[in-house]
Amino acid sequence: MTEGPRIGQDEWVARSAENIGRHPLLRAADRVPGWARLLLFVVAVALIPLITDDGYINAVVFDTLIFCLLAVGLNVVVGWGGLLDLGYIAFFGVGAYTYAILSSEKFDLHLSSLVVMAICVILGALLGLLVGLPSWRLSGDYLAIVTLFVYQIFISIVTNGHDLFGVDLTGGVNGIANLDPFDLFGIEIVVSKDGIFNSNYVYVALGVFLVVFTALYLVNHSRIGRAWRALREDTLAAELMGMPTDWLKLLAFAFGAAVASLTGSLFASLKVGVFPETFSLTLLITVYAMLILGGVGSQTGAVVGAVVVYVFLEALRDPDVSGWVFYLAALVALVLVVRPRRMIAVVLAATAVFGFVVHAIAGAIDPDWTTSAPPDADAVTRFLDAWVVIPQTPGDAKTIAYIGLIALILLATTVKGIWRWAVLVPTLYLAAFVWENVMSQQPDVTRFVLLGALLVGVMVTRPSGILGERRVEVV
Amino acid sequence: MAALLELRGVSMAFGGLTCVDRLDLHVDEGEIVSVIGPNGAGKTTLFNLVTGVYEPTEGDIVFEGESIKGLSPHKITQRGIARTFQMLRLFLNMSVRENVMAAAFGHTKAGVLRSMLRTPGMRREEREIRELAEKRLAFFGDRLMGYRWDQPAYSLSYANRRRLEIARATATNPRLLLLDEPAAGMNPKETQEITELIAQLRTEGGYTILVIEHDMHVVEGISDRVVALDHGVKIAEGTFEQVATNPRVVEAYLGTGAMERK
Repeated sequence: MTEGPRIGQDEWVARSAENIGRHPLLRAADRVPGWARLLLFVVAVALIPLITDDGYINAVVFDTLIFCLLAVGLNVVVGWGGLLDLGYIAFFGVGAYTYAILSSEKFDLHLSSLVVMAICVILGALLGLLVGLPSWRLSGDYLAIVTLFVYQIFISIVTNGHDLFGVDLTGGVNGIANLDPFDLFGIEIVVSKDGIFNSNYVYVALGVFLVVFTALYLVNHSRIGRAWRALREDTLAAELMGMPTDWLKLLAFAFGAAVASLTGSLFASLKVGVFPETFSLTLLITVYAMLILGGVGSQTGAVVGAVVVYVFLEALRDPDVSGWVFYLAALVALVLVVRPRRMIAVVLAATAVFGFVVHAIAGAIDPDWTTSAPPDADAVTRFLDAWVVIPQTPGDAKTIAYIGLIALILLATTVKGIWRWAVLVPTLYLAAFVWENVMSQQPDVTRFVLLGALLVGVMVTRPSGILGERRVEVV
Repeated sequence: MAALLELRGVSMAFGGLTCVDRLDLHVDEGEIVSVIGPNGAGKTTLFNLVTGVYEPTEGDIVFEGESIKGLSPHKITQRGIARTFQMLRLFLNMSVRENVMAAAFGHTKAGVLRSMLRTPGMRREEREIRELAEKRLAFFGDRLMGYRWDQPAYSLSYANRRRLEIARATATNPRLLLLDEPAAGMNPKETQEITELIAQLRTEGGYTILVIEHDMHVVEGISDRVVALDHGVKIAEGTFEQVATNPRVVEAYLGTGAMERK
């Protein structure tokens, strides 16, 4: 039925899809049917445990799938329903604690995992209905605050749950330990074999992911999904077009909560125990970052976002990798900022020379101010040690350099003309100094800083996320 | 013939401000009734009362012989009253076709479980919704056809957005259609088109129509009956000629003494 536009008949409008500026590669990806993409993803993940028996890698794969599930569930509430839910992690926690209570030594209950999962789905959905009630009267920021409060209630209950009206339910800050491993129809899947993570857990998580993803996809492509999106676009108009918006909001909350709760039980089955601090606000922000990076409202985007963010964060635990990422990010920033492009080479060359001069001067004043690389180090390390000043006892220089770097970056963005080039060179060098002396020493902090840089970079180039559709605001 | 819609002494007050004051109004089956009046006369409030956005502080609203007062808006829409908005309220980030398909929610059934299982009944229903949407869009000639179906609603021109709003309202399968300023912001040619279209909606669609309009050419062209409101009170009712020459209407629009100066 689709016919091309005729001359003079809104040709620009007819080409709206092209005008949106989707990258040709993304448009090619659009033509791959959804089930094929899902199949490709599932097969790729299923192959990982066959290729490697590295327990660490398989554990990362399992955790990535957990985050994929969380992101996909959050997408129902935030992406489709348009309801800003900051209490989401509470449902994840409820699932984990439910598993811990029903399947551990705590009350000597050892229910089968599949039964616990079913209970978690139902319990999560019911709690979702309850927590969704404020959405009848509140929207946007106001709803966000109320749901955040629900999260706080959850944290309060579990941290004080060792004495809940005289009953020890959650073990308080000590949590619940010695959980039963996952069992499939009575066959237990031990968490680790000879100290190595059992890769069968990857398949359990993959199975759950496949079921949840497909179920949500099918609901989205039905009248319910359309009504959710209509609700997101304009609640009053949706209500007046015959959609029971109050019920639909609760349904979205229930779906999100059920997925989070199910994920929680799966997560708990693998862990030694569950503790209140696992369900931190950082976790909530990470899941939101995944969804936003992937593109709010896109189910595939949620998965892509989860994989990118989690693998990125895990990879950055290794200081070598994070070093590469840092220098690469600096280079990319340079490419994006510097015009004309030929100046990039000039700036880089100038920075290199500047570095060697500073290094030579510093080395001449006091040999302790520089570090010489061990003879067996690779070329990059040798270059860096001959270029960056790395004092053996940096002391206050670290703090001063850090503040100086921020000042120089601010200066570089304000000055114009030749001065900008003049400022850019020491800025780059100081950035390298700060990285080698301060940031690379604290990978646990820097990996979130670098994640932030990644988010900023992606959001600047693609404001609606990697796979998100361009959105216009309803005014 | 019994009235399809009847307002009996309906009042609406926001605190001390009475927007609609003891209004009696009826719309008969198959009629096209226009509501006119200066800005702030209570016309849109009237629509909001009929569709259930507000609950009247006094009086009763009867549709097809049953009171619809106090029902939630979606229930009223499901009974057969659909509306368009003066300030367009489309689902901008959904495709043109999806906008219309979404409005079929009220008279379709497939729930969560059937959607997940893709039962034959659900798939049939989904096909019917799609056909319904395409039929409703076809009502506007080639304006909203073909390649436009899959475009997001925000890519449409202003006039096409107004058309899409009407298509979306008709997808709820209403008996009574409330059009809030359908010709606002349109050029003379488009206004002419919308006038013919409203007449067509009655003859081909079989809808009874209550319309708010400021463009007197449109009002003259379509109305069986015109109701003039001012400060929430009905000041005149009758044919276009009767209402247009009514001194109270002229006064409401132009001020006291306008008739004398003429």
